[in-house]
Amino acid sequence: MIGALATLLSCQLAGEVLARALHLPVPGPVIGMVLLFAALLLRRQEAPPALAATADALLTNLGLLFVPAGVGVVLYLPLLARDWAPLSLAVLVGTLAAIAVTGRLAQWLLRRR
Amino acid sequence: MSELGEIWVYLAREPLAALTATLLAWIGALRLQRALGRHPLANPVLFAVAILAAALLLTGIDYRAYFEGAQFVHFLLGPATVALAVPLHRQWAAVRRSAALAALSVVTGGLFAAAVGVGIALALRAAPEVVASLAPRSVTTPVAMGIAERIGGLPSLTAALVICSGITGAALGPLVLDLARVRDMRARGLAIGTASHGIGTARALSVSAAAGAFSGLAMGLNALASALLLPLLWHLVFG
Repeated sequence: MIGALATLLSCQLAGEVLARALHLPVPGPVIGMVLLFAALLLRRQEAPPALAATADALLTNLGLLFVPAGVGVVLYLPLLARDWAPLSLAVLVGTLAAIAVTGRLAQWLLRRR
Repeated sequence: MSELGEIWVYLAREPLAALTATLLAWIGALRLQRALGRHPLANPVLFAVAILAAALLLTGIDYRAYFEGAQFVHFLLGPATVALAVPLHRQWAAVRRSAALAALSVVTGGLFAAAVGVGIALALRAAPEVVASLAPRSVTTPVAMGIAERIGGLPSLTAALVICSGITGAALGPLVLDLARVRDMRARGLAIGTASHGIGTARALSVSAAAGAFSGLAMGLNALASALLLPLLWHLVFG
């Protein structure tokens, strides 16, 4: 498990360094994901069991990791109270419309082949 | 009384209390979700955030003091994002054949999500910095905050809106996809990941491995595409 964690952190670190060195607008962890993915493809076999187990453990509790940032809404209660109508409509309608459109488009595109 | 005061000072200073409270709130949220029969509307992120936000408001503890401790959980978001490469790799045989079409759907859907949100906020005369904060709300938190900064939004308001969009999509997205008759698990994953990033991906992973892999792929692609395209388009449209 420690080896797997070290792999994940190394990829993230490499991603952060690359993002800063090359002034990429993409955050380090996303570049780290691309790096790990490329490394797994190059191995031409399944991911090491320890890495797979650690990744699965992190991802089955992915929701938990958003909680500390989510609690930050308490900082915006006054702003939310003033602009609650445009904010909640934009979030609700925008998100759901995007899901419907993306889903329909993807299903249509994927079915044609 | 002074002894109680000392204990309070200790708890407020050390990360232990905030960390324990976060984990207990999450366990409580999962119990609540199970008690409600795993209904799509019963989202554990929403429950845990509500429990902790209420606790902070009731006790008068500052959010920054809470985050001092809870940042250890927050930190794991980085390695967890990297870890999304593993389910993607596992599903790669299925993903590879449709990668180009998937990317086209994600980029179109991501820009559509931004345009609809911005359009509604403009129509309802929201403040300009609020409109800019809304644009990147379907992108994963760290990228969204970076984009907001570049187009004149408030990064921390964006973070809150990103979480709200994630919870909205995770809770209501499956119902919308049923209504739109999207049954292809790959398309469902792509739609949820595009509009609701990691929170949607967490839900997609719990429903189907294929939907989870495509959702993670969509989240990554939307982060890349939005980080490159949104600031560019923003300056073209709003000067």
